[in-house]
Formats: sequence, C-alpha cells, structure tokens
Amino acid sequence: MQPQETIAVAMSGGVDSSTVAAILARNGAHVVGLTLQLWDQTRLAGKHGIPDAPRAGRCCSLDDVYDARRVARQLGIPYYVVNQEDRFEQDVVRPFVSEYLAGRTPIPCSLCNNHLKFDQLLKTARSIGASRIATGHYAVNKFDPRRDRWILKRPADLAKDQTYFLFGLTQEQLAHTLFPLGPMTKPEVRGQARDHGLALAEKPDSQEICFIPGGDYKQFLAAYLEEQGQPMPETAGELVTSSGTVLGRHDGISNFTVGQRKGLGVASPSPLYVLQIDSATHRVTVGADAELATRTLRAGRLNWISIPALTGPMRVKIKIRHRHEPAWAMLEPAPDHADEVIATFDEPQRAVTPGQSAVFYDGDEVVGGGWIL
Amino acid sequence: MSIASLSGKRVYMDANATTPLLPEVVEAMHPYWISHFGNASSIHLDGQQARSAIEHARETLAEFFQCHEAEVVFNSGGTEGDNTALFGMLRPGDHLITTSIEHSAVLQAANRLAERGVEVTFVAPQPSGLIAPADIQNALQPNTRLISVMLANNETGVLQPVEAIGALARQAGAFFHIDAVQGAGKVPFDVRRIGCHLLSISAHKMHGPKGVGALFVRRGTPLESLIVGGSHERRRRAGTENVPGIVGLAKAAELAMHSLEDGTIDRVAALRDRLEAEILRIPGTGLNGIGPDHLPVPRAANTTNIWFDQVEGEAMVIALDLKGVAVSGGSACHSGATEPSHVLMAMGLDKTRARASLRFSLLKTATHADVDHVLRVVPEAVEKLRALSPAVAGTLG
Repeated sequence: MQPQETIAVAMSGGVDSSTVAAILARNGAHVVGLTLQLWDQTRLAGKHGIPDAPRAGRCCSLDDVYDARRVARQLGIPYYVVNQEDRFEQDVVRPFVSEYLAGRTPIPCSLCNNHLKFDQLLKTARSIGASRIATGHYAVNKFDPRRDRWILKRPADLAKDQTYFLFGLTQEQLAHTLFPLGPMTKPEVRGQARDHGLALAEKPDSQEICFIPGGDYKQFLAAYLEEQGQPMPETAGELVTSSGTVLGRHDGISNFTVGQRKGLGVASPSPLYVLQIDSATHRVTVGADAELATRTLRAGRLNWISIPALTGPMRVKIKIRHRHEPAWAMLEPAPDHADEVIATFDEPQRAVTPGQSAVFYDGDEVVGGGWIL
Repeated sequence: MSIASLSGKRVYMDANATTPLLPEVVEAMHPYWISHFGNASSIHLDGQQARSAIEHARETLAEFFQCHEAEVVFNSGGTEGDNTALFGMLRPGDHLITTSIEHSAVLQAANRLAERGVEVTFVAPQPSGLIAPADIQNALQPNTRLISVMLANNETGVLQPVEAIGALARQAGAFFHIDAVQGAGKVPFDVRRIGCHLLSISAHKMHGPKGVGALFVRRGTPLESLIVGGSHERRRRAGTENVPGIVGLAKAAELAMHSLEDGTIDRVAALRDRLEAEILRIPGTGLNGIGPDHLPVPRAANTTNIWFDQVEGEAMVIALDLKGVAVSGGSACHSGATEPSHVLMAMGLDKTRARASLRFSLLKTATHADVDHVLRVVPEAVEKLRALSPAVAGTLG
C-alpha cells in the first residue's frame, strides 16, 4: 500500500477551518488538526478598559480551542494546540504597536499569515510528519507549468475573498498549502458543515483583530506598553489644514488613521477627515473628504506571486484595504529604490493609508503586493 | 489519520502525568460502586460496610506513611492536599518558605496567600535541581510558620533533601509540609523520621484512581479545614467519602509498598538508565539534573529529563505521539499548548533549552520492549526535527 500523505489542518475553532478538516478527513486523507496558541487573552484583561472576560470568537479563546477539539474528536483525528505566543508577540504584536506609534495603520492579519499561519505552521507540520497544510482561507492556489510558478487566485465567493491578506505567501508556501474552500461559497461551506454534522455550522464569523478583545486598539496600546514598562511615547502635536492653518492640538498621533472623521476634537462647519500623519513632526493634517483622494501610492517590502519580479510598467487592479474594490492603475518599479513600486491610479482613490497593504491583481490572479509607505 | 489508527504499538512514558489502574486496584474498588454502595455516615449496615472499608483503607495508609491512623485524612487528591496545607496553616502576617520548583498546586496557593498578606519566600534550586537546605535556613524569619517542599520533582524526578529540611524546621519551630505526590510509591519515606507535619499524596500517580488522595496531618497540627460541611474525617475534610476511590487508593498504596521492596523499583531504574544512556548518545543532548560533579543527582527511579539541541520540544512531543510514544515537555497551559517548564527555567536553563527538553517517565510495568520501541523512534525524530530546524523558506515582514 502506498504510504498516505499526512495533511495538517490549521483549526481555529471556526466553521471554515472545521469544514476543511471534515472534508479532508472524510475524503480519507491522514489529517492532523493543529491550533496555534498565539495570544493569552487573559494577559491584559481588565487593564485600560480591556474587557475582563474574553468573549468567544477571539483567536485562542478557550471556547474556540474547545470547539476545535470537539470537531477533531467528532472526526476522529489527532489534534494538538501548539504554543506560538512568543513568535506571535515578536512578529505581529510588536510591529503592530510600533506601526501605530509611528502614525501608520497596520494590518496584523497579513503579518500573522506570513509569519505564523504559513511559515511557522508549515514548519510545525513538517516536524510532525505532515507534508502539506490546509487552511480555511477563501483563496485558490494552483501551479502553472507554463510560467513554472504557483499562482494565487481570488476564490469563487468574492465576498469572502481573503487573497488581500495572503499576498506575502512565497512559492514554497503556496506549493505546500491547500485551500479547499477556494471553489466554495460561504453558504456552501455552512451547508457542508451541516452535512458533516458539525455543531458549529451556524457559528458567526469573527471580524475583529483577534488579540484585541472589544476591538479598541487604543486601549490595547496603552495596556501593552504599560505591561512592557514602556511609557507611551509623547506624540502630541498640531492639527493643521492642508494649507497649514493650525486648528488646534491633539493628544498623540496613534489616535488617528487616515480617513478618520470622528474624534478629531475640532469644530468645523463641514466634515473634516484625517489626510496625513507626520510621525516626525507629530503634525496631523485634516481636510475635506475630496482632499482624501490621491492618484499615486508607493509600496515597499514587496512579494511577487504570478511574476518573478516587476521589470517594467504593468496594468493591474490594486486593492488598498480589505473592503476596497480593486481599482485600475499603472504599476511601475520605483526609479529610486530597488524594492519599491509606484502605482498611478486611473481614478483618484480615497484614503490611501500608510501601513496597510496594496495588493496587485491581474484579473483573478494576485500578481503580488507590498506595504503602503 | 484517525485516532483509531494510532492504536498500533503505543508506549506510554508519561507516568508522572498519570498512571493506569492496576487490575488488583480495579478489582478491589469494584464492589463499592454497586453492592457496597452505602454512605459511611449512615447508621445502618450498608453504611457500616462503607465505614469499615474506609477504616481498613486508613490502616493501610497509616502503614504507607508510617503514622497513626488518626493522622490520615482522605481527600480528592494532590491539589487539595497542597491547598489544605497552605490555606489551612497560614494567616496574614505569617511567613511561608517554599520553592520555585513546586507544582502549581503549591505555587498558585502561595501566590493567592501572598495577595492576602502572607509573606512568601520562593527558594530557587541549584542548577542541579536540588534545593539546598542552607538556602531554606537563610530564608527563615521569626514569623516563618510553614515550610513546604516537594519530595520528588515532577519534571526532573530530583529528590529533595526533606530530612535535612525537616531538621531545620524543627530547630526553627516551623511546621513542615511535603508535597509527596510524585515521590509516593517511587521512594520509601517515613513521616516520623522526616519529622514533617503534613504530607500530601495522590492515588492516580501510583496506579490508583483519579480524584482521590490523602493528607497526613501529624497529631496536634493546628490545621484549619479547607472544605467545611459535615463532620467527616474528624472535621478535617467535609464531604461524603469517595468510598471506591479510597479503597482504590489503599490498594494502590499496598501494591506500592510491595514494589518498593520486591526489586520493582530497581528494575525500573535499570530500564530508565538504559533509555537515558542510549538517548544521550545522540549528539547535542544532555541530562537536566546534573550535580557539580557532572553526575545525576538523586532522582526518582522512573524519570529522566533530557534536552535536545535544535529541537522544538512541543513539535517533538507531537511527532513522537503520532509514532506511538507518549512523553511530555513543559507543562500544559489552559488551552493545552505547552509552556516552557518553570522548573527547568528555575534551574537556570534558558527558554530555548527549556523548550527543547523532554521528560520520559516510566510506568513500573515498563518493559525492555517499551524501551526498544522508544529508542527506535526518538533518534529518527530528533534527526528529522533538526533537519527542519532552519526556518522554512523566506518570509515577509
């Protein structure tokens, strides 16, 4: 008998990854369930207004581990929780905190995917004898022999498309990952979960940043810095208009995100939005909605998927935040920097936000992506 | 892979976590589930039957502890015994001396007491894992009321110098509690000679049932009960007695006394030594629990704790499990993930080496065939994990 391949399924306790485990196990694959323990939800509980009791649906909450374990038991597969708290703190939480302190708006999910969900999980999977991992992401990956590359594509259910968070995957990672939900819609996934008798088929999706219970990142920054014995850096400064008129003062740049309207602390006859955050002068520029629109963006720390590298101008659609409809642009290598690109949109885009990712699409394919500078 | 397919050849080398019941224990307990089900507090014959089973068990435990029957209190196990000793002896203003390598049943009780105004000193071990009696002596204060030190460490098996510490407690007029959960059944002990006032044990670490244990309370020890209610156990532990459990504990203690005398422990030690010597032939490995003379310090016969360079212990535990070998590394946190062992960290290992350490703890029923199987699986797993040790592919940041 041919030795059967072992597949490690990243199980979060949610309906998507549970269904992946069920599909693979019922198809006769050797499946091992793994949950990454990334953050201790009780660690900052009760500090700076963070809720005392972590709610269900956060990553690594006990309820989620309980749910994942129950699915594994039901499917009769081995299941383990793997402690990656140190790596998560180092590769996700600390960069998240320093990005905010530098006046940018980070997306921890992409960092987590790059460092934990794929790099570390694949490593753990291999150490326990599995050759590939499977996750509940909505995305499609396939090998294209013509280009001799692994391709990442948008899934059947565009409303659930998670390719925006997956642009950092390497060829090696794509080659050893299964996305069984790529061809399915969310209702189909829930249907499969029901068909497999999974009790969590109706469990709601999680939406917030998993390690920030309640979703208030300002509370988290304050509590985390206090725990680390670091003072909150003094970043108070002026609130100015784009023409340079000083409207007032603010308490710190980490309170702002480009495009933000609420909580600016100044009265104005027409609505004001954050246009720009200067981490050097601590100056926050505000202006009218129309001023938020920009035609260009610069991105760095790039990763290419469908092409080996960008060598000349390329027509792509670019997605600049998770809920953004990709917009047509011309993408070019930055003349002054080898690992940066400059994109010029056909139509001005609202609130291009430093710290978020820009992901480049050619039709359904992810060409690559980078971090907005 | 289904769990069922994992039921091929399996070798259990995690006896310090728990042990299976021996058939004699199951047999002894059996009547007390159904036919002799009485409540030991009842006046009728059914109750008397249960009462007599408990008192018979108490005699066995008195022999096991080398104490008087009235000094044996049955309870729910090691955690309750440890909690009772600490919470029952200490009041705000008192001073407790314990060690940083205790089980969390003692450590967390000590932390709780510290929040309530009890002064607590956590004595660190030497790099060998041994607690130096001199360090206990140096920690003594005029208000030191209780000293709590374990008999055998659960992670390393290192046996602590409880007789010397008992002598110090006597001189200082302090009470002395021993957490003997890991030591009981593995090494002989005598509460009179040690001179301790309190000593806790748990049945399931010595082939008895889970959820039952006993606390030795020397006569005259002013211990306040932790659980109040009825007048069970001479008002020292309320709650209807777990009769089948107590009977099982006594049978396990009886069998443990035999194995301490009939050469079983020496046989286990020989198996452990063979396993350890073979594993240590793998380059980049070493023993946790080495004295300044480079030799292992006195240890429980069934335990060895070994570090493996460039190996993630948690992944190794999973890999070995999938190959049919059950061992442990570190301690399980609330979710079931592994934390680096606080014991190894207290001994001065850095986090990486603590994470790269595995505990093999043999059942007293272990065989050469078990050791052979483990020795077939471990070197291969180490090699594989080391081959993967440099991070997979590039990442983005």
